[in-house]
Amino acid sequence: MNAPTNFDKANPILGTLREKLVVIGNGMAGCRAVEEILARDPDRYSITIFGAEPRVNYNRIMLSPVLAGEKSFDEIVLNTAEWYADNGIELVAGDPVDHIDRERSVVVARSGRVEPYDKLLIATGSEPFVIPVPGRDLPGVVTFRDLDDVEKMLAAADGGGNAVVIGGGLLGLEAAHGLSLRGMSATVVHLMPTLMERQLDEAAGWLLKTELERRGQTILTGADTEEILERDGHVCGVRLRDGREIPADIVVMAVGIRPSTRLAKTAGLECERGILVDDHMVTSDPAILAVGECVEHRGQCYGLVAPLWEMCRALADHLTGQPSGYTGSVTSTKLKVSGIDVFSAGDFIGGDDHEDIVMRDAARGVYKRVILKDNRIVGAVLYGDTADGSWYFDLLKKQEDVSGIRDGLIFGQAFAMGGGAFADPNAAVAALSDDAEICGCNGVSKGKVVATIEAGAHSLDAVRSQCKASASCGSCTHLVESLLALTLGDGVEVGAKTLCKCTSFTHDDVRRLILDKELKAIPQVMQELHWTTPDGCASCRPALNYYLLCAWPGEYEDDQKSRFVNERLHANIQKDGTYSVVPRMWGGITNPAELRAIADVVEKYNAPMVKVTGGQRIDIFGIRKEDLPAVWADLNAAGMVSGHAYGKALRTVKTCVGSEWCRFGTQDSTGLGVKIERMTWGSWMPHKFKIAVSGCPRNCAEATIKDFGVVCVDSGYELHVGGNGGMKVRATDPLCKVATEEEALEHCAAFIQLYREDAHYLERTAPWIERKGIEWVRAQLFDDPQAVKRLAARFRYSQKFMQDDPWARRAAGERRDLHSHLATVRPATEYA
Amino acid sequence: MMQAKWLDIGPVTQIEPGMAATLPVIGGEEIAVFHTMRGEFYALVNKCPHKQGPLSQGIVHGDSVTCPLHNWKISLRSGQALGDDVGCVPTIPVKVDAGRIYLLREAVVPPPPAQQARAA
Repeated sequence: MNAPTNFDKANPILGTLREKLVVIGNGMAGCRAVEEILARDPDRYSITIFGAEPRVNYNRIMLSPVLAGEKSFDEIVLNTAEWYADNGIELVAGDPVDHIDRERSVVVARSGRVEPYDKLLIATGSEPFVIPVPGRDLPGVVTFRDLDDVEKMLAAADGGGNAVVIGGGLLGLEAAHGLSLRGMSATVVHLMPTLMERQLDEAAGWLLKTELERRGQTILTGADTEEILERDGHVCGVRLRDGREIPADIVVMAVGIRPSTRLAKTAGLECERGILVDDHMVTSDPAILAVGECVEHRGQCYGLVAPLWEMCRALADHLTGQPSGYTGSVTSTKLKVSGIDVFSAGDFIGGDDHEDIVMRDAARGVYKRVILKDNRIVGAVLYGDTADGSWYFDLLKKQEDVSGIRDGLIFGQAFAMGGGAFADPNAAVAALSDDAEICGCNGVSKGKVVATIEAGAHSLDAVRSQCKASASCGSCTHLVESLLALTLGDGVEVGAKTLCKCTSFTHDDVRRLILDKELKAIPQVMQELHWTTPDGCASCRPALNYYLLCAWPGEYEDDQKSRFVNERLHANIQKDGTYSVVPRMWGGITNPAELRAIADVVEKYNAPMVKVTGGQRIDIFGIRKEDLPAVWADLNAAGMVSGHAYGKALRTVKTCVGSEWCRFGTQDSTGLGVKIERMTWGSWMPHKFKIAVSGCPRNCAEATIKDFGVVCVDSGYELHVGGNGGMKVRATDPLCKVATEEEALEHCAAFIQLYREDAHYLERTAPWIERKGIEWVRAQLFDDPQAVKRLAARFRYSQKFMQDDPWARRAAGERRDLHSHLATVRPATEYA
Repeated sequence: MMQAKWLDIGPVTQIEPGMAATLPVIGGEEIAVFHTMRGEFYALVNKCPHKQGPLSQGIVHGDSVTCPLHNWKISLRSGQALGDDVGCVPTIPVKVDAGRIYLLREAVVPPPPAQQARAA
């Protein structure tokens, strides 16, 4: 539908004097640029616009509301046919430009039409990126870029059924939302573990995922599409790399966009990711300009609408002889899914010299994070409450110094700007009335908290234990801290050590709250317990991983990225970056086949050293991470499994030969040692855990410096706990004496489980028992006659999921990425 | 034929967020490529400034990595040791385009002298 207007006819006199401007692209950028030029100098150019789509210019970012049924096409039209006519612009719609001939200064359209230019503006925008998987060309696979795509989706939605959206970014989520409002059952398949990871951090992404799932969408993160499946010539589903198949009547590909640079590249203009332009939007050819999503300016490509307006202003200033210059844009994003408030602006990645201010309100589902650098806002991520998004964005763009309002900044404009008194949080708390509620979870008023403090609770912990304020979700911790400061001044006592700097909770608090609130994932713990960092640190991540693993056996999925390298690679890292490998030898017993396999591995992989360990095992040194799976395969073949010599886990059960050989032996200590090791191997613990069984009180296995030791006597088995031979030697405390092997095993399991459930991460049994007292341990085990049985049962249940040799899984190919290099760079061939 | 400025080292999917991968350079220093939990990519020489520990094997949190040998915390952005420790490891510029990771070639393998002369 070409607009019939011919500008020369409309302006016969001026026409021939005007410079000819040809615009390639009838989208938001192209038309906006023309509007800006017309506003400055309406008579300067004779303008022709080429558009690939057979329609007038519309607001592309409103396609989501059209899909969702909230708007009609007419409502999103930006420039009507009359606008083109009134301004004497010739629109060539539906006949895209095929190539640019810079020698002759003409563009040639697909129809063969040739149009000369004095100035050429390229505004080709971007095109959807289609992942190169089999089936991508099938009918029923669509992208989400223009109105035709929306019409295809609407046609599919008429039939109901299943929609799969590949891509969990802004566009993908809006497509899924629209299709689900139109009655389809929508599944989002997202490669990354966090939705909208370019706009949101992990915490906000997790909240968003939870909300979308609550609304009935299926969100698969970390899901890699392998193939789009076909039935009867039409798409019927999607298969993921892990083998899962999801039925689909339509597949929307929304994994991202890339600048459309084909025309510019073939014309020989300089391009990187986008068409390179200077601050006046001029390309490497002074007669050719470019604007919008197709350009790369100062190394940056934009996929949002706001930068486009700023570019168009600079472009028009230049083309009308009053150059101003574009210096780049700071962008902000809002998700257009009704009822979900998400806002992101600027740099939310942070950095060394950046500071994070984080506020989490679990009850309201709010997460706010503002990133500062040199007392200026550089980024913000808001979820659940985005009312202050524009305020933060404004402060960000103006680069205003916020040091004066810093303390109240995270509470928003109303609070921070609400007069001098309220900019200081202590003053704000002081202004609260005595009956104002401080702790919503436990219904504790300000008056009660102050009374508790005045009655002697001089630390956060003491307040928590005496009046329960901030003892549940912790979101009012800062209020209680303010009250402590207001009431006591400098007399506030520093409470128990927190788990790490990311939280105000102690290890015990976190363990208790994981159970009480049924927290089952690391991001969930961080959100619900108001972590002050977005994704924790090297101290809290491994601790939380262990606590969750211990609390929810069989349910919680171990998080490899929260594991220390040794536990991730199932071997011990050495100072030169190689690894040592210790196969399990049950009770310290071995045989010729195992020894031969070990000897073969040493030779085959040139291990520079083999050593017998203190725990009666053999340690093979100097293995490279790439060789580990092959080493394990060889050891597995001889029947050996991981010795867990690298883990916060059961290490070894050391034994002496006992009554079978020794003339002093009283019981079968090796036999019992093997049974104990078979029961306990593979279990993760707060710290490493060592066991020994000695066959008589001569104690050759050194059982009284182990975490759990058995000393056999004629009448049975003496059980000892809490020994340590390390930096600080500690002899065990006697626990009890039992008559049978079965009882010894049962008590061992119960003690381990008590330690697993109570100790702090990285706390050996010795300091744990010193902290809790051996009397406490005995009371836990023996006050209730059923306690040992219950604890042992919990240990055995947990072991059902743990006794799976990690070496065998790796040898079979699991997580090959952890053991291989990406590639090797060879300069010689690179430059040949 | 002029070498491309950026060295394509493969798709973003080969490194899980929160993890790192290694890239040995023949005649040069091994490189560690990091993918943070927030989706950013960084590359450093794979040697802690303290005792040359392999940073690629550390725990990644925020935009830093904690060395597996002695818990030095290194900034992925600057290569600087954080906290009270002092030291720095070279960084390599990274860009991501259309789902692929690129390293700045000259930072990975400095061109041989002849090549430099021709470029100049």
